[in-house]
Amino acid sequence: MTTIEALPSAPSGRGRRRALPDKWYRGILGVVALLFGALAVWFLVAVIIQAKPAFSTLGFSWIVGKVWNPTHNQYGLLPFILGTIESTAIAVVLAVPIGLGTAIALAFLVPSKVRPALSTTVELLAAVPSVVYGLWGLIVLAPLFREHVEPFLTSVFGWTGLFNGPDRGVGLLLAGVILAIMILPTMVAISRDVLIVVPTEQVEGAMALGATRWQVLRKVVVPGGRTGILGAFTLATGRALGETVAVAMVIGNAPFIAHSLKAPAATLPSLIVNNFGESTGTELSALFGAGLVLLVIGIVVNSAARWLVWSTGADAAGAELGR
Amino acid sequence: MTSLLEAPADPAVERRRAVQAAAASSLGRRKFASMVALGICWLFLLIAVVPLVAVIGYVIAKGLPAWNADFFTNSTVPEGYPGGGVWNAIVGTVVITVIATAVAVPVGLSCGLFLAESDGRAAAVLRFTADVMTGIPSIIVGIFGYIAIVRNFGGYSGFAGAFAIGFIMLPVIVRAGETAFRGVPRSLNEAALALGARRSTVARRVVVPTALPGVITGVLLAVARGLGETAPLLLTIFGNQYLQWNPSKSMEALPILIYNYSSQPYADLVQVAWGAALLLMVVVLVLSIGSRLVAAYLRKERR
Repeated sequence: MTTIEALPSAPSGRGRRRALPDKWYRGILGVVALLFGALAVWFLVAVIIQAKPAFSTLGFSWIVGKVWNPTHNQYGLLPFILGTIESTAIAVVLAVPIGLGTAIALAFLVPSKVRPALSTTVELLAAVPSVVYGLWGLIVLAPLFREHVEPFLTSVFGWTGLFNGPDRGVGLLLAGVILAIMILPTMVAISRDVLIVVPTEQVEGAMALGATRWQVLRKVVVPGGRTGILGAFTLATGRALGETVAVAMVIGNAPFIAHSLKAPAATLPSLIVNNFGESTGTELSALFGAGLVLLVIGIVVNSAARWLVWSTGADAAGAELGR
Repeated sequence: MTSLLEAPADPAVERRRAVQAAAASSLGRRKFASMVALGICWLFLLIAVVPLVAVIGYVIAKGLPAWNADFFTNSTVPEGYPGGGVWNAIVGTVVITVIATAVAVPVGLSCGLFLAESDGRAAAVLRFTADVMTGIPSIIVGIFGYIAIVRNFGGYSGFAGAFAIGFIMLPVIVRAGETAFRGVPRSLNEAALALGARRSTVARRVVVPTALPGVITGVLLAVARGLGETAPLLLTIFGNQYLQWNPSKSMEALPILIYNYSSQPYADLVQVAWGAALLLMVVVLVLSIGSRLVAAYLRKERR
């Protein structure tokens, strides 16, 4: 009878000795994750603390004040809040139908041979830096708007009163159009991903019942991806709200409430970036306050968007785009 | 025996016939509506593609003439002087991006790994935080960089810019990392653990290598995004017309140069802005396309 040889001991090579005990490993990862969370809290607290002097010296009414005139100690934010909302609204009104139509075309109409190439192109365009869009808008689109687009729109829609005033090129309308172009790729990429995950059985079922392609799209595919599409549009809206340089380059930067689509205006981000360099004291704090207002709007819009996209399971698309 | 023709009318069959007749009679109208609606979708595709192609076309057409040896090797010069370039902006952009990436990638991927291995409430909160952070307007990140670094550490500097850019890249890397790490099959994980490997070994030898294609894509996209950010840099590095390698000093960067020169009334400076825009766009697109190619190559090789 032979005795059983000693069981081979656990490998004691280099790899084993170098490996961290599980506790340490989890601990280190946890600490790093905690640091990340702390960074987010620090960010929020720092902005709030720096904006506080503006609120304590001016109260809360300055947020809806109509006049921005630092030399007279007036820091009304309303023109900029309105400018932000208006430019974003123009962008969304233009980009929602075009984005949805493009997403449908990319997902179902384009021949499958060119589909990947076209889709990739659209996704790549989401990566083009905003300052490049701003440069193009200022140098190429602004003269085009001044000479052709605005005179035309005024002659056709002048009666609405939306196009009063001189043709300047730069202004609310151009800012909205540039924003629309910038948010289109994001909208299209995510909506397309949402549309193609609608179950094939449902599509084929509707087809078998004799529905036309458009009926299938309108009654089955789009309703199926409704939440995700809404999320994509909200996400794009958030991006338009916070866009700084491209808007600052083409909106004209006038601190007044715009009474015409052609009028120059300003947004919260453009206010901050234009006045930051030469501000001190209450004005600087007011700019931080403007940032805080923008942050609150941004967080609300983004949380809503994330929640909507999440609930459809098309989350990977959004995460990969990083937007 | 009655023939089929003489069978009593089945109400279900009757109803089906009526529906089919209605469908047939409206078929022409429905087909027409479908054609119109799909035509509009095609039109929208065209409307979407035209400006996007125009942007790229213009940047290439206007930027390419600005590219010459001086453009890449000389620093910016005032208007009217010949031989100006963007070397100082290239140096600033590279230094800032390298610092931001060097910090954000290890931290972001560790957080991603943590999130991929955790399902608790804290992880959910952290995940949501990362998601919301990707959507924070970048100008506010600039304000944060100004408050946190510029004010406390001796004024505008490349480090402050790298801090802001890193802050923008971080949540993108966290979420891309988590998505990639979660994609690693559970069975691989468990097999390694069953062999007696410690968790850190599993992460180093199994999880990270398997998730590499996704990780690389995410990191390169985050870098591409960081490269193009303008607003935070305006508030943190301020711009510098001279060459500066030292990140503790004020630096120039390509996006800032484009922003400042675009509104100049001088044709030669606007020309430099177009050249810089082309350079920035090419680098960003190469990174984006490169990330896809690398990922595709790694996935293929594995099979």
